Amino acid sequence: MNAEDADAAAADGFVVLARPADATGPRDAGAPPARRPEPAQVVACPDGPLLVRGDVEIVGPDGEVLPRDRRTVALCRCGTSSIKPWCDGTHKAIGFRTGPEPAPR
Amino acid sequence: MPAPRGPFTAALVACLADGSGAAHLVEAARRAVAATDDVVRDEDVQLGLFVLYELHHGGVAGVDDDREWDVDLLGARAVLEEAFEAALRERVTVPARPEPTAEGVAAALAELTHEDGPPRLAAFVARKATLDQVRELLVQRSIYTLKEADPHSWGIPRLSGRAKAALVEIQSDEYGAGRPQRMHSAIFARTVRAAGLDDAYGAYLDDVPAVTLASTNTMTMFGLHRRLRGAVVGHLAAFEMTSSIPNRFYGDGFRRLGFDEDATWYFDEHVEADAVHEQIAARDLAGGLVEGDPATLDDVLFGAAACLAVDGWAGEHLLEAWTAGHSSLRERTR
Repeated sequence: MNAEDADAAAADGFVVLARPADATGPRDAGAPPARRPEPAQVVACPDGPLLVRGDVEIVGPDGEVLPRDRRTVALCRCGTSSIKPWCDGTHKAIGFRTGPEPAPR
Repeated sequence: MPAPRGPFTAALVACLADGSGAAHLVEAARRAVAATDDVVRDEDVQLGLFVLYELHHGGVAGVDDDREWDVDLLGARAVLEEAFEAALRERVTVPARPEPTAEGVAAALAELTHEDGPPRLAAFVARKATLDQVRELLVQRSIYTLKEADPHSWGIPRLSGRAKAALVEIQSDEYGAGRPQRMHSAIFARTVRAAGLDDAYGAYLDDVPAVTLASTNTMTMFGLHRRLRGAVVGHLAAFEMTSSIPNRFYGDGFRRLGFDEDATWYFDEHVEADAVHEQIAARDLAGGLVEGDPATLDDVLFGAAACLAVDGWAGEHLLEAWTAGHSSLRERTR
Protein backbone atom coordinates (compact mmCIF):
# COMPACT_ATOMS: atom_id res chain seq x y z
CA MET A 1 0.00 0.00 0.00
CA ASN A 2 1.50 3.34 -0.96
CA ALA A 3 1.03 6.58 0.95
CA GLU A 4 -1.85 7.74 -1.22
CA ASP A 5 -3.74 4.50 -0.78
CA ALA A 6 -3.10 4.68 2.94
CA ASP A 7 -4.52 8.20 2.99
CA ALA A 8 -7.52 7.08 0.95
CA ALA A 9 -8.11 4.16 3.28
CA ALA A 10 -7.78 6.42 6.30
CA ALA A 11 -10.25 8.84 4.79
CA ASP A 12 -12.70 5.99 4.35
CA GLY A 13 -12.57 5.21 8.05
CA PHE A 14 -9.87 2.54 8.16
CA VAL A 15 -7.17 2.80 10.74
CA VAL A 16 -3.81 2.55 9.04
CA LEU A 17 -0.97 1.40 11.26
CA ALA A 18 2.38 2.77 10.30
CA ARG A 19 5.26 0.37 10.69
CA PRO A 20 8.96 0.88 10.25
CA ALA A 21 10.26 0.42 6.75
CA ASP A 22 12.52 -2.48 7.86
CA ALA A 23 9.54 -4.46 9.19
CA THR A 24 7.91 -5.17 5.87
CA GLY A 25 8.92 -8.84 5.93
CA PRO A 26 10.85 -10.94 3.42
CA ARG A 27 11.25 -9.49 -0.02
CA ASP A 28 13.47 -9.73 -3.04
CA ALA A 29 16.98 -8.48 -2.45
CA GLY A 30 17.25 -4.89 -3.62
CA ALA A 31 13.51 -4.28 -3.81
CA PRO A 32 12.49 -1.01 -2.19
CA PRO A 33 10.50 -1.11 1.05
CA ALA A 34 6.78 -0.48 0.71
CA ARG A 35 7.16 2.94 2.31
CA ARG A 36 10.52 4.50 2.95
CA PRO A 37 10.69 6.97 5.81
CA GLU A 38 10.91 10.44 4.30
CA PRO A 39 13.24 12.76 6.21
CA ALA A 40 11.80 16.20 6.86
CA GLN A 41 12.90 18.93 4.47
CA VAL A 42 12.27 22.63 5.01
CA VAL A 43 12.78 24.98 2.07
CA ALA A 44 13.14 28.66 2.92
CA CYS A 45 11.52 30.32 -0.11
CA PRO A 46 13.01 33.74 -0.91
CA ASP A 47 10.48 36.49 -0.02
CA GLY A 48 7.99 33.75 0.87
CA PRO A 49 7.01 30.95 3.24
CA LEU A 50 8.78 27.86 4.56
CA LEU A 51 7.89 24.80 2.48
CA VAL A 52 7.79 21.63 4.58
CA ARG A 53 7.98 18.11 3.13
CA GLY A 54 8.47 14.71 4.68
CA ASP A 55 7.75 13.02 8.00
CA VAL A 56 7.20 15.88 10.40
CA GLU A 57 4.41 16.79 12.80
CA ILE A 58 3.32 20.40 13.04
CA VAL A 59 2.08 21.05 16.55
CA GLY A 60 -0.16 23.89 17.72
CA PRO A 61 0.38 25.93 20.90
CA ASP A 62 -1.86 23.54 22.86
CA GLY A 63 0.32 20.57 21.93
CA GLU A 64 -2.19 19.12 19.46
CA VAL A 65 -0.84 17.90 16.14
CA LEU A 66 -2.40 20.07 13.43
CA PRO A 67 -4.31 18.11 10.80
CA ARG A 68 -2.33 18.18 7.58
CA ASP A 69 -4.39 17.85 4.43
CA ARG A 70 -1.51 17.80 1.97
CA ARG A 71 1.89 16.18 1.84
CA THR A 72 3.70 19.47 1.24
CA VAL A 73 2.68 22.50 3.28
CA ALA A 74 3.76 26.15 3.41
CA LEU A 75 4.27 27.83 6.79
CA CYS A 76 3.75 31.59 7.11
CA ARG A 77 7.01 33.49 7.53
CA CYS A 78 5.82 37.10 7.08
CA GLY A 79 3.35 37.04 10.00
CA THR A 80 0.32 38.34 8.08
CA SER A 81 -1.38 35.14 6.92
CA SER A 82 -5.06 34.84 7.78
CA ILE A 83 -4.75 31.04 8.12
CA LYS A 84 -1.62 30.76 10.29
CA PRO A 85 0.44 28.71 10.65
CA TRP A 86 -0.18 28.10 6.94
CA CYS A 87 0.74 30.60 4.24
CA ASP A 88 -2.11 32.31 2.33
CA GLY A 89 0.00 34.30 -0.12
CA THR A 90 -0.39 37.64 1.67
CA HIS A 91 3.41 38.08 1.82
CA LYS A 92 3.17 39.24 -1.80
CA ALA A 93 0.57 41.90 -1.02
CA ILE A 94 2.69 43.42 1.75
CA GLY A 95 5.96 43.26 -0.19
CA PHE A 96 7.58 40.90 2.34
CA ARG A 97 11.32 40.55 1.72
CA THR A 98 13.58 37.99 3.33
CA GLY A 99 16.68 39.81 2.10
CA PRO A 100 20.21 38.50 2.30
CA GLU A 101 21.26 36.56 5.38
CA PRO A 102 23.02 38.79 7.94
CA ALA A 103 26.81 38.62 7.86
CA PRO A 104 28.29 36.49 10.66
CA ARG A 105 29.71 38.55 13.52
CA MET B 1 -23.28 18.16 -28.73
CA PRO B 2 -23.14 21.96 -28.46
CA ALA B 3 -25.20 24.31 -30.58
CA PRO B 4 -23.13 25.59 -33.56
CA ARG B 5 -22.04 29.22 -33.50
CA GLY B 6 -21.13 29.66 -37.16
CA PRO B 7 -20.30 27.82 -40.40
CA PHE B 8 -17.27 25.96 -39.03
CA THR B 9 -18.97 24.57 -35.92
CA ALA B 10 -22.08 23.77 -37.97
CA ALA B 11 -19.96 21.61 -40.29
CA LEU B 12 -17.97 20.16 -37.37
CA VAL B 13 -21.00 19.20 -35.31
CA ALA B 14 -22.70 17.68 -38.38
CA CYS B 15 -19.72 15.50 -39.26
CA LEU B 16 -19.16 14.40 -35.64
CA ALA B 17 -22.86 13.59 -35.24
CA ASP B 18 -23.17 11.37 -38.31
CA GLY B 19 -19.62 10.00 -38.36
CA SER B 20 -18.99 11.32 -41.88
CA GLY B 21 -15.61 12.34 -43.31
CA ALA B 22 -13.99 15.62 -42.25
CA ALA B 23 -11.81 16.46 -45.28
CA HIS B 24 -13.86 19.60 -45.97
CA LEU B 25 -13.27 20.91 -42.45
CA VAL B 26 -9.71 21.98 -43.14
CA GLU B 27 -10.94 24.47 -45.72
CA ALA B 28 -13.84 25.43 -43.46
CA ALA B 29 -11.32 26.21 -40.70
CA ARG B 30 -9.32 28.39 -43.10
CA ARG B 31 -12.48 30.30 -44.01
CA ALA B 32 -13.42 30.72 -40.33
CA VAL B 33 -10.00 32.15 -39.51
CA ALA B 34 -10.06 34.45 -42.56
CA ALA B 35 -13.56 35.69 -41.75
CA THR B 36 -12.78 37.00 -38.25
CA ASP B 37 -10.85 40.04 -37.12
CA ASP B 38 -10.51 38.69 -33.57
CA VAL B 39 -9.83 34.99 -33.32
CA VAL B 40 -9.73 35.17 -29.50
CA ARG B 41 -13.33 36.36 -29.26
CA ASP B 42 -14.70 34.58 -32.32
CA GLU B 43 -17.49 32.26 -31.19
CA ASP B 44 -17.16 29.88 -34.16
CA VAL B 45 -13.37 29.49 -33.84
CA GLN B 46 -13.22 29.11 -30.05
CA LEU B 47 -16.13 26.66 -29.84
CA GLY B 48 -14.60 24.69 -32.71
CA LEU B 49 -11.26 24.45 -30.91
CA PHE B 50 -12.96 23.54 -27.66
CA VAL B 51 -14.94 20.67 -29.21
CA LEU B 52 -11.87 19.37 -31.05
CA TYR B 53 -9.90 19.45 -27.78
CA GLU B 54 -12.67 17.59 -25.95
CA LEU B 55 -11.98 14.62 -28.25
CA HIS B 56 -8.63 14.36 -26.39
CA HIS B 57 -10.14 14.78 -22.92
CA GLY B 58 -13.47 13.35 -21.80
CA GLY B 59 -14.76 12.82 -25.33
CA VAL B 60 -17.98 14.12 -26.87
CA ALA B 61 -21.18 12.18 -26.23
CA GLY B 62 -22.23 10.16 -29.26
CA VAL B 63 -18.90 10.60 -31.06
CA ASP B 64 -16.63 7.62 -31.84
CA ASP B 65 -13.43 7.81 -29.74
CA ASP B 66 -11.37 7.10 -32.87
CA ARG B 67 -12.12 10.58 -34.12
CA GLU B 68 -9.47 11.87 -31.70
CA TRP B 69 -6.89 10.84 -34.32
CA ASP B 70 -8.90 11.67 -37.47
CA VAL B 71 -6.21 13.35 -39.56
CA ASP B 72 -8.68 15.75 -41.16
CA LEU B 73 -9.98 16.89 -37.77
CA LEU B 74 -6.36 17.29 -36.64
CA GLY B 75 -5.69 19.30 -39.79
CA ALA B 76 -8.63 21.61 -39.11
CA ARG B 77 -7.50 21.95 -35.50
CA ALA B 78 -4.02 22.94 -36.65
CA VAL B 79 -5.45 25.75 -38.80
CA LEU B 80 -7.38 27.16 -35.83
CA GLU B 81 -4.43 26.72 -33.49
CA GLU B 82 -2.00 28.47 -35.80
CA ALA B 83 -4.23 31.54 -35.93
CA PHE B 84 -4.94 31.45 -32.19
CA GLU B 85 -1.28 31.12 -31.20
CA ALA B 86 -0.31 33.90 -33.62
CA ALA B 87 -2.95 36.21 -32.12
CA LEU B 88 -1.71 35.49 -28.59
CA ARG B 89 1.92 36.05 -29.54
CA GLU B 90 0.98 39.34 -31.18
CA ARG B 91 -1.10 40.68 -28.29
CA VAL B 92 0.62 39.39 -25.17
CA THR B 93 3.41 41.50 -23.71
CA VAL B 94 6.26 39.24 -22.67
CA PRO B 95 8.62 40.50 -19.94
CA ALA B 96 12.36 41.00 -20.40
CA ARG B 97 14.44 37.83 -20.31
CA PRO B 98 16.02 37.09 -16.90
CA GLU B 99 19.14 35.00 -16.32
CA PRO B 100 18.25 31.37 -17.20
CA THR B 101 18.52 30.23 -13.58
CA ALA B 102 15.79 28.99 -11.26
CA GLU B 103 16.10 32.10 -9.09
CA GLY B 104 16.14 34.41 -12.13
CA VAL B 105 13.00 32.79 -13.57
CA ALA B 106 11.22 32.78 -10.19
CA ALA B 107 12.00 36.48 -9.69
CA ALA B 108 10.81 37.38 -13.21
CA LEU B 109 7.54 35.47 -12.70
CA ALA B 110 7.05 37.11 -9.27
CA GLU B 111 7.42 40.53 -10.85
CA LEU B 112 5.13 39.67 -13.78
CA THR B 113 2.37 38.36 -11.51
CA HIS B 114 2.67 41.04 -8.82
CA GLU B 115 -0.53 42.95 -8.16
CA ASP B 116 -1.13 45.92 -5.88
CA GLY B 117 -4.27 44.54 -4.30
CA PRO B 118 -6.82 41.95 -5.41
CA PRO B 119 -7.92 41.76 -9.04
CA ARG B 120 -11.03 43.85 -9.75
CA LEU B 121 -13.27 40.83 -10.35
CA ALA B 122 -12.32 39.18 -7.04
CA ALA B 123 -12.81 42.45 -5.15
CA PHE B 124 -16.22 42.92 -6.78
CA VAL B 125 -17.31 39.41 -5.87
CA ALA B 126 -16.16 39.90 -2.26
CA ARG B 127 -18.05 43.16 -1.77
CA LYS B 128 -20.88 43.63 -4.25
CA ALA B 129 -21.80 40.66 -6.44
CA THR B 130 -25.40 39.46 -6.24
CA LEU B 131 -26.45 35.82 -5.92
CA ASP B 132 -27.25 35.74 -9.65
CA GLN B 133 -23.81 37.12 -10.43
CA VAL B 134 -21.87 34.59 -8.34
CA ARG B 135 -23.94 31.79 -9.89
CA GLU B 136 -22.90 33.19 -13.27
CA LEU B 137 -19.28 33.17 -12.13
CA LEU B 138 -19.62 29.45 -11.33
CA VAL B 139 -21.18 28.78 -14.74
CA GLN B 140 -18.27 30.57 -16.45
CA ARG B 141 -15.67 28.78 -14.32
CA SER B 142 -17.34 25.36 -14.72
CA ILE B 143 -15.94 25.02 -18.24
CA TYR B 144 -12.41 24.69 -16.87
CA THR B 145 -12.82 23.90 -13.21
CA LEU B 146 -14.91 20.73 -13.57
CA LYS B 147 -11.80 19.31 -15.27
CA GLU B 148 -9.35 21.37 -13.23
CA ALA B 149 -5.69 20.53 -13.81
CA ASP B 150 -6.25 18.28 -16.85
CA PRO B 151 -4.79 20.59 -19.54
CA HIS B 152 -1.52 21.05 -17.63
CA SER B 153 -1.17 17.30 -17.05
CA TRP B 154 -0.32 16.94 -20.75
CA GLY B 155 3.01 18.53 -19.79
CA ILE B 156 4.11 15.72 -17.46
CA PRO B 157 5.63 13.25 -19.97
CA ARG B 158 7.27 16.14 -21.83
CA LEU B 159 9.39 17.15 -18.81
CA SER B 160 12.12 15.42 -16.84
CA GLY B 161 13.96 15.61 -13.53
CA ARG B 162 13.25 18.50 -11.17
CA ALA B 163 10.59 20.12 -13.35
CA LYS B 164 8.70 16.86 -13.82
CA ALA B 165 8.77 16.05 -10.08
CA ALA B 166 7.48 19.56 -9.36
CA LEU B 167 4.62 19.31 -11.87
CA VAL B 168 3.59 15.90 -10.51
CA GLU B 169 3.73 17.21 -6.93
CA ILE B 170 1.34 20.04 -7.85
CA GLN B 171 -0.96 17.87 -9.97
CA SER B 172 -1.14 15.16 -7.30
CA ASP B 173 -2.51 17.77 -4.90
CA GLU B 174 -4.94 19.00 -7.58
CA TYR B 175 -6.17 15.44 -8.02
CA GLY B 176 -6.69 14.89 -4.28
CA ALA B 177 -3.49 12.88 -3.60
CA GLY B 178 -5.33 9.59 -4.10
CA ARG B 179 -8.60 10.70 -2.53
CA PRO B 180 -11.18 11.24 -5.27
CA GLN B 181 -13.46 13.21 -2.98
CA ARG B 182 -10.66 15.76 -2.51
CA MET B 183 -10.00 16.32 -6.21
CA HIS B 184 -10.30 20.05 -6.82
CA SER B 185 -12.79 19.39 -9.60
CA ALA B 186 -14.90 17.38 -7.14
CA ILE B 187 -14.72 20.08 -4.46
CA PHE B 188 -15.76 22.65 -7.07
CA ALA B 189 -18.72 20.45 -8.02
CA ARG B 190 -19.96 20.76 -4.40
CA THR B 191 -19.94 24.55 -4.75
CA VAL B 192 -21.79 24.28 -8.06
CA ARG B 193 -24.46 22.06 -6.47
CA ALA B 194 -24.72 24.33 -3.42
CA ALA B 195 -25.61 27.15 -5.82
CA GLY B 196 -28.38 25.02 -7.32
CA LEU B 197 -26.52 24.49 -10.58
CA ASP B 198 -25.82 21.41 -12.70
CA ASP B 199 -22.38 19.87 -12.04
CA ALA B 200 -22.38 17.67 -15.16
CA TYR B 201 -19.34 18.45 -17.31
CA GLY B 202 -20.28 20.75 -20.19
CA ALA B 203 -23.82 21.44 -18.92
CA TYR B 204 -23.28 25.15 -19.56
CA LEU B 205 -21.15 24.99 -22.68
CA ASP B 206 -23.86 26.69 -24.76
CA ASP B 207 -24.02 29.55 -22.26
CA VAL B 208 -20.41 30.69 -22.11
CA PRO B 209 -18.89 33.15 -24.58
CA ALA B 210 -15.80 32.70 -26.76
CA VAL B 211 -13.52 34.55 -24.35
CA THR B 212 -14.26 31.95 -21.63
CA LEU B 213 -13.56 29.10 -24.04
CA ALA B 214 -10.35 30.90 -25.10
CA SER B 215 -9.10 30.69 -21.50
CA THR B 216 -9.38 26.89 -21.45
CA ASN B 217 -8.28 26.54 -25.08
CA THR B 218 -5.07 28.45 -24.30
CA MET B 219 -3.92 25.95 -21.69
CA THR B 220 -5.02 22.93 -23.72
CA MET B 221 -3.18 24.19 -26.81
CA PHE B 222 -0.02 24.69 -24.74
CA GLY B 223 -0.40 21.27 -23.10
CA LEU B 224 -1.02 19.29 -26.29
CA HIS B 225 2.13 20.50 -28.06
CA ARG B 226 5.56 19.34 -26.96
CA ARG B 227 6.92 22.41 -28.78
CA LEU B 228 5.00 24.56 -26.28
CA ARG B 229 6.11 22.75 -23.11
CA GLY B 230 7.69 25.96 -21.85
CA ALA B 231 4.39 27.77 -22.35
CA VAL B 232 2.29 25.20 -20.46
CA VAL B 233 4.76 25.39 -17.56
CA GLY B 234 4.73 29.20 -17.59
CA HIS B 235 0.94 29.16 -17.79
CA LEU B 236 0.58 26.96 -14.72
CA ALA B 237 3.14 29.00 -12.79
CA ALA B 238 1.28 32.27 -13.47
CA PHE B 239 -2.05 30.60 -12.72
CA GLU B 240 -0.85 29.34 -9.33
CA MET B 241 0.93 32.61 -8.49
CA THR B 242 -2.29 34.63 -8.96
CA SER B 243 -4.70 32.27 -7.25
CA SER B 244 -4.51 32.26 -3.44
CA ILE B 245 -5.36 35.94 -2.86
CA PRO B 246 -8.33 36.10 -5.32
CA ASN B 247 -9.73 32.86 -3.89
CA ARG B 248 -9.80 34.41 -0.42
CA PHE B 249 -11.94 37.22 -1.87
CA TYR B 250 -14.22 34.81 -3.75
CA GLY B 251 -14.73 32.87 -0.51
CA ASP B 252 -15.58 36.12 1.30
CA GLY B 253 -18.19 36.92 -1.36
CA PHE B 254 -19.87 33.52 -1.09
CA ARG B 255 -19.85 33.77 2.73
CA ARG B 256 -21.39 37.26 2.51
CA LEU B 257 -24.20 35.76 0.44
CA GLY B 258 -24.86 33.09 3.06
CA PHE B 259 -23.09 30.05 1.54
CA ASP B 260 -21.86 27.56 4.15
CA GLU B 261 -18.42 26.10 4.78
CA ASP B 262 -18.98 23.17 2.46
CA ALA B 263 -19.84 25.53 -0.40
CA THR B 264 -16.79 27.75 0.21
CA TRP B 265 -14.43 24.77 0.72
CA TYR B 266 -13.25 25.09 -2.88
CA PHE B 267 -12.10 28.68 -2.38
CA ASP B 268 -10.66 28.09 1.10
CA GLU B 269 -8.78 25.04 -0.19
CA HIS B 270 -7.19 27.14 -2.93
CA VAL B 271 -6.02 29.84 -0.54
CA GLU B 272 -3.91 27.22 1.23
CA ALA B 273 -3.06 24.90 -1.66
CA ASP B 274 -2.01 27.53 -4.15
CA ALA B 275 0.22 29.27 -1.60
CA VAL B 276 2.15 25.97 -1.66
CA HIS B 277 1.85 25.39 -5.40
CA GLU B 278 3.09 28.83 -6.38
CA GLN B 279 6.42 28.27 -4.62
CA ILE B 280 6.91 24.90 -6.33
CA ALA B 281 5.70 26.22 -9.68
CA ALA B 282 7.94 29.27 -9.84
CA ARG B 283 11.24 27.83 -8.67
CA ASP B 284 11.19 24.06 -9.22
CA LEU B 285 8.80 23.75 -12.17
CA ALA B 286 9.48 26.86 -14.29
CA GLY B 287 12.95 27.52 -12.91
CA GLY B 288 13.91 23.86 -13.02
CA LEU B 289 12.73 23.53 -16.62
CA VAL B 290 14.72 26.55 -17.78
CA GLU B 291 17.89 25.46 -15.94
CA GLY B 292 17.73 22.05 -17.61
CA ASP B 293 16.49 23.28 -20.99
CA PRO B 294 17.40 27.00 -21.42
CA ALA B 295 15.74 27.13 -24.86
CA THR B 296 12.35 27.03 -23.13
CA LEU B 297 12.88 30.37 -21.35
CA ASP B 298 11.08 32.55 -23.90
CA ASP B 299 8.04 30.27 -23.95
CA VAL B 300 7.90 30.03 -20.15
CA LEU B 301 7.58 33.83 -20.10
CA PHE B 302 5.11 33.80 -23.00
CA GLY B 303 2.95 31.13 -21.36
CA ALA B 304 2.86 33.06 -18.08
CA ALA B 305 2.02 36.34 -19.79
CA ALA B 306 -0.62 34.63 -21.96
CA CYS B 307 -2.30 33.17 -18.85
CA LEU B 308 -2.57 36.61 -17.26
CA ALA B 309 -3.75 38.26 -20.48
CA VAL B 310 -6.41 35.74 -21.53
CA ASP B 311 -7.78 35.17 -18.03
CA GLY B 312 -7.73 38.94 -17.58
CA TRP B 313 -9.88 39.35 -20.72
CA ALA B 314 -12.28 36.69 -19.48
CA GLY B 315 -12.58 38.39 -16.09
CA GLU B 316 -13.08 41.83 -17.64
CA HIS B 317 -15.90 40.41 -19.75
CA LEU B 318 -17.84 39.56 -16.58
CA LEU B 319 -17.22 42.94 -14.97
CA GLU B 320 -18.15 44.85 -18.14
CA ALA B 321 -21.40 42.93 -18.50
CA TRP B 322 -22.34 43.38 -14.86
CA THR B 323 -21.43 47.07 -14.85
CA ALA B 324 -23.65 47.54 -17.91
CA GLY B 325 -26.46 45.80 -16.03
CA HIS B 326 -26.75 42.58 -18.04
CA SER B 327 -25.64 38.96 -17.94
CA SER B 328 -22.16 37.83 -18.99
CA LEU B 329 -23.68 34.66 -20.49
CA ARG B 330 -24.82 34.10 -24.06
CA GLU B 331 -28.47 33.84 -24.94
CA ARG B 332 -29.17 30.24 -25.82
CA THR B 333 -29.48 29.87 -29.54
CA ARG B 334 -31.55 26.76 -29.59
